[in-house]
Amino acid sequence: MVKKEVIIAEELAKKQREISVSEFFTKNRHLLGFDNPRKALLTTIKEAVDNSLDACEESKMTPDIYVEVTQKAEDRFLVIVQDNGPGIVKEQIPRIFAKLLYGSKFHTMKQSRGQQGIGISAAGMYGQLTTGKPTRITSRISPKKPAHYYELNINTQKNEPEIIKECEVEWLIEHGTKVEIELEAKYQKGKQSVDEYLKQTAIANPHIKIAYKSPEGQVIEFPRATKDLPKEPKEIKPHPHGIELGILIKMLKTTKARNLASFLISDFSRVSPAVAKQICDKAKLDPKSKPEKIATHEADNLLKSIMETKIMAPPTNCLSPIGEELIIKGLKKEINAEFYAAATRPPAVYRGNPFQIEVGLSYGGEINIDEEGNDLIRVIRFANRVPLLYQQGACATNKAIVTTAWKNYGLSQSKGALPSGPVTLMIHMVSVWVPFTSESKEAIAHYPEILKEMKLALQEVGRKLAGHIRKTVKARQQTERANLFEKYIPELANAIAQLSEEDKKTIHANLDAILHKNLKEIIKNGESQS
Amino acid sequence: MEKAKAKLKELGKKLEIQISKKQNPTLIFPLRSLSNIEFDKKSATLKLGNKSAARSFFNVAHSKKFLQTVDIARISHNLLKEKKHASLRDVFYQMKRTIPGTKTNVVDDQAESDSVIEDMELITGCSREQLNINANKNGSVAGNVIVEDKGDTIDWSKMGSGGWSIPSNVEEIKFKKVNAKYILYMEKAAVWERLHEDKFWEKQNCLIMSSQGQTTRGIRRLLQRLYDEYKLPIYVLTDLDPWGFYIYSVIKYGSISLAHMSEQLTIPGVKFLGITVDDIKKYGLESNLIKFKDVDIKRIDQIKDYDWFKDNKAWQHQLTELKKLKAKAEIQALSARGISFISEKYLPEKIKNKEFID
Repeated sequence: MVKKEVIIAEELAKKQREISVSEFFTKNRHLLGFDNPRKALLTTIKEAVDNSLDACEESKMTPDIYVEVTQKAEDRFLVIVQDNGPGIVKEQIPRIFAKLLYGSKFHTMKQSRGQQGIGISAAGMYGQLTTGKPTRITSRISPKKPAHYYELNINTQKNEPEIIKECEVEWLIEHGTKVEIELEAKYQKGKQSVDEYLKQTAIANPHIKIAYKSPEGQVIEFPRATKDLPKEPKEIKPHPHGIELGILIKMLKTTKARNLASFLISDFSRVSPAVAKQICDKAKLDPKSKPEKIATHEADNLLKSIMETKIMAPPTNCLSPIGEELIIKGLKKEINAEFYAAATRPPAVYRGNPFQIEVGLSYGGEINIDEEGNDLIRVIRFANRVPLLYQQGACATNKAIVTTAWKNYGLSQSKGALPSGPVTLMIHMVSVWVPFTSESKEAIAHYPEILKEMKLALQEVGRKLAGHIRKTVKARQQTERANLFEKYIPELANAIAQLSEEDKKTIHANLDAILHKNLKEIIKNGESQS
Repeated sequence: MEKAKAKLKELGKKLEIQISKKQNPTLIFPLRSLSNIEFDKKSATLKLGNKSAARSFFNVAHSKKFLQTVDIARISHNLLKEKKHASLRDVFYQMKRTIPGTKTNVVDDQAESDSVIEDMELITGCSREQLNINANKNGSVAGNVIVEDKGDTIDWSKMGSGGWSIPSNVEEIKFKKVNAKYILYMEKAAVWERLHEDKFWEKQNCLIMSSQGQTTRGIRRLLQRLYDEYKLPIYVLTDLDPWGFYIYSVIKYGSISLAHMSEQLTIPGVKFLGITVDDIKKYGLESNLIKFKDVDIKRIDQIKDYDWFKDNKAWQHQLTELKKLKAKAEIQALSARGISFISEKYLPEKIKNKEFID
């Protein structure tokens, strides 16, 4: 969790003394993904699954995730998410699951799923507030160690865990974690459903296996397409050009560096001693001054000076895209189509943040016709491998798609609209910091650099699609032509037989023979003429 | 009839042999388009040049047309065998059938079947009539003429208000009596009715003949026979526009699409009577004109450039002035001067003064 959460954390920390976390939570539900019972269910599962995946990948384990949703009452559901991850050491369990914002990482940037939402403890608290039931955790770190079982509440006054029950239990799982949360929720199928979220997660994470038991008791398996885990994204220090004043001040206060110059060099990426000196000079600050002594107005000057200084672009090896091959594998296993293509752009930078855009596309197979009878393409969006299910229209991906000329690539498209056709289009942005349009984190912001990369990636798959469409259209025309000759032959044979008073069958057979012997040539000549 | 039947059988045999040799069945015949039309100054007729076109079955661009062509041969062959005649429309309906297993019809409209019938004339060297295919009868005639047709004696002066309708095939007609000084041929049936009502043919001792629009082959052949056999001068009356001029041109020199039939159909002695550009002023028709459309202007330019008009001063004058006028005059515009102005004043005056364009 990074920047924005840090700000929330600060506000929260301040407010904790005055108001309870439950009050804060209730007031800010919409920011946290709990605006309504339907979204609450999705967010709860999302947080738990994201945590599981991050944990597995960090400890280099191939994730096997089990998700179960059971309806307890009209508006009450039990969510169970279980993984085969490293498990959590006993002492950590209460704080991870029952203390808001525990474990946030400050000042380092890393491509991670955790950027979405506010964490599993928020889901636990939502359950506690709506049903009064505690969050139940089972976790085991090794087959040699016992499994621990906890029932936890959050003390909503102090933001501290309250242990309701704690014991060792028999568990068949060698290592892993299971979370159970009961909450007020609503289960619905469709575009923004749990089912869709899991399916999209399976597409963007071809290395994971998910088994899902729906409230109807149906078990859906999303198989793995590869055993290879994604390359582990590297942590990088923030690039000076991406920093905001609040964070700069916070960093100045908490840095271990002794002086301003070394603070700049050690806490940021791409700042050399020469660059550090340049920044300090421009800001009229002594490079040797103590960072914690920098006053707010001085920090303001420092930031201005940073922005005016030319600094090398941040390293981009910190990104871990899915890659073209695995995007295609992921699409293939979840979407039945006749053609797949993918494009992964080289890394680029916006506001000091490295990012990378990937696009995948499937063509053919089922056509998506919506309620109004439109057959617009289906768009699935991802940020750091996490599906974005809400606010498609406000998202940069949407703008990039509608401003791409799909007619050039064989799809029909009305002005300012998505193209139509049997297409599923996937856009993925990986970044150490994905910029969202709002706190609800559902739509990617419209940075020109990001839009440009998205369009380039779309054009790349567009060209591949156009090649395919041309080929299939050509093949279809060729068959049609050959067919036409076959249908004409009986008519012609009949006419010639009547005129010449020769045997119709022989003429027919001879015409067939000529056609089949010269089929390729006949079709080819037809193309050069027509 | 036996000649046509033999020719068609020969065609079938030729194709059968090509097929048995595993060759792409192909028909070769003279090209029927402006690029292959030559104006023969000596005979003053349009003639086909020596460019040929090949039509092959195993050629995506030709296959349907090829099938149509052979199908026409089959239909004509059946007609000849059964000793029956069919109209162009009948033949169109015989061909307009869906090919089994496709959504394609052998032909979709009559222009297609008409066009391959003309091709068949070239391929076999037999005229449409010889292939037992007739055009719709179209056109009327009245005057002091008695003919014999299929055993019936017909007096063209006693045919009531409609006149005698000219059959599509006039080859078998025998002239018993022809008493006329000239033939007036007009583009419009309505004008013909006017002249007929005014007893113009009786007063002038002439024949009046018309069709609606383009002159059919039956009429052209009838005109030619009267011209050849009775030396009757022929005067043509059309609207003043490029389309009217072309009607005259077809009767006189032949048409582009039927250049292969020119010898049987052209009448070099035909003269154009009106409406001419000069008539506009002379008869005060300035306020009875209809403005040209773009296609009309284009057509003037095309006609102006045809070999058989290019070197004709009188016609170049007409075409140039017409282009300046930017408007057409229908024959009926003369009615502005009185309903019988045409029969009482315009025509007698023009014919008397020999105001023709050749």
